[in-house]
Amino acid sequence: MSILLRNVNYTYGKGSSEEKQALKNINLEIHKNEFTAIVGHTGSGKSTLIQLLNGLEKADSGEILFHGKNIYDKDFSMKMLRSKVGLVFQYPEHQLFEATVVKDVAFGPNNMEWEPLKAELSTFGALKDVGIGEELFDVSPLALSGGQKRRVAIAGVLAVEPEILVLDEPMAGLDPAGRKEIFDLLKKLHSERKITIIMVSHSMEDVAEYASRVIVMNQGEVVLDGEPRKVFRYEKELKQIGLGVPQATSLMHCLAAQGAGVKEDCLTVQESVSEILKWLKRV
Amino acid sequence: MIRNITIGQYYVADSVIHRLDPRVKVTGTLLYIVSLFLFHNFWGYVVAVGCFFAVMVLSKVPFSYIVRGLKPIFFMLVFTAVLNLFWTPGTVFFRFGAIQLTWEGLRKSVFMAFRLIFLVLGSSLMTLTTTPNQLTDALEKLLRPLRHLHVPVHEIAMMMSIALRFIPILVEETDRIMKAQMARGADFESGSVLQRLRNMLPILVPLFVSAIRRANDLALAMDARCYHGGDGRTKMHPLRYQGRDFAAYFICIAYCVLLYSAVTYLPML
Ligand SMILES: Nc1ncnc2c1ncn2[C@@H]1O[C@H](COP(=O)(O)OP(=O)(O)OP(=O)(O)O)[C@@H](O)[C@H]1O
Ligand SMILES: [Mg+2]
Repeated sequence: MSILLRNVNYTYGKGSSEEKQALKNINLEIHKNEFTAIVGHTGSGKSTLIQLLNGLEKADSGEILFHGKNIYDKDFSMKMLRSKVGLVFQYPEHQLFEATVVKDVAFGPNNMEWEPLKAELSTFGALKDVGIGEELFDVSPLALSGGQKRRVAIAGVLAVEPEILVLDEPMAGLDPAGRKEIFDLLKKLHSERKITIIMVSHSMEDVAEYASRVIVMNQGEVVLDGEPRKVFRYEKELKQIGLGVPQATSLMHCLAAQGAGVKEDCLTVQESVSEILKWLKRV
Repeated sequence: MIRNITIGQYYVADSVIHRLDPRVKVTGTLLYIVSLFLFHNFWGYVVAVGCFFAVMVLSKVPFSYIVRGLKPIFFMLVFTAVLNLFWTPGTVFFRFGAIQLTWEGLRKSVFMAFRLIFLVLGSSLMTLTTTPNQLTDALEKLLRPLRHLHVPVHEIAMMMSIALRFIPILVEETDRIMKAQMARGADFESGSVLQRLRNMLPILVPLFVSAIRRANDLALAMDARCYHGGDGRTKMHPLRYQGRDFAAYFICIAYCVLLYSAVTYLPML
């Protein structure tokens, strides 16, 4: 267990006329080395939830435990939490500010009061992890392409060596090649560096392909939570809250509803193809 | 955190004051403010205060809301009052060492405080009942004659409304950038003043970059929709005077007349 949320509530604009309860009684446990995807209709509270995870927003009630310690305790170090739970905001490249790529990535490590050598090592390590080559180290971040900028921004968070990496729609606004780069990066971090990943996503295809767990949110509540294969069985329920399932899964649901003897819980196109071929051979 | 700042403090209510043409409100407020400085007579203040409260009741804005506008000038208020109180020559009624208070000073400081307070209250009442966009519309219309002196009135009004439009966006953006840098361990709360200023850099640079990007996008979008300045441009909500607006103008004139007669004909106090 690395993060545990118990009965967490959060309201924006408390006491004002535009009070809005963004999170209602959330109970969650994020385990070590999971690859979790959070999905939900716009305004369902995904971004709010992930900002609670590293203490940027404080819950109105309920508690959040990090490795068993309550993060709202007085003697709990928020700085430690923020270094252990790295948060990558939506469009993280909008937060680049330094004159060169290296300097920007080094911002986090320098804030950590580490020894200079360690800070430097983790800076260059992070840049290597995200695949930014040496030729770009002294370039202004503003001169990079969209995908490169985003990778530099992610490196800036990786450089503080988080155990858990939380990303808000890391794929938004990228072209297919850029998306693939980011996804491959996340997969590599997850499998090689054993970093726990929590990612907000709108693409069910991506979720089906990469995540080991899906959390579905609706109007501030967690409505479904489990393996993609299980969660995507609830196509009707997901449609009702404005979400869908991967097209391949949807197709299999259709076929099964028409009486075809196929397994319904296929996630990817390849899986569906082989399942359909198997069925065609049988009939 | 930073979101708590409210700018353009419109108070939503359905009242005759809210519905008035903004031009009337701007003119009326200016008139009121100027009038505050034109008399030194107790009766004048009675009329001015009475008039303010009458409008306030009509506007349905709670008094506690309007009074909030005084907070930022509180220090200035005390400062001017004290200055006037101690440094006005005249008949002394109290003396303590080098400190001496005069009747004239007391009178002057009370009147001065009164003027400042009602200046702020009056203009607060206007901004509370008028949306910023209505306000710029009104200014554009009222300043129109200045076009003949080659003042770019339309452009100024356009800049004002764009600026107003962008304030909430930039506030949100600042909030987001601040959080993002805090997630990377930035600390905005501790350190010396110089240190803190330096710590603002990771916020300011992205904020400027994004403001410029947005400005660029907006300019392109305006160009794409054939924006060509003010000439021949029509409005979605043109300002048109209604019966009540003429009535309001009439009341403004009545206020001036009443004020004049109160100050001139009632015994000096
Ligand atoms: N800073 C804020 N002030 C007030 N209300 C807010 C704020 N941020 C979010 N909200 C409200 O809280 C609710 C949840 O917002 P949140 O940003 O968490 O949604 P989301 O699931 O991330 O949506 P999206 O997919 O569009 O990013 C929304 O109804 C939103 O209007
Ligand atoms: Mg969001």
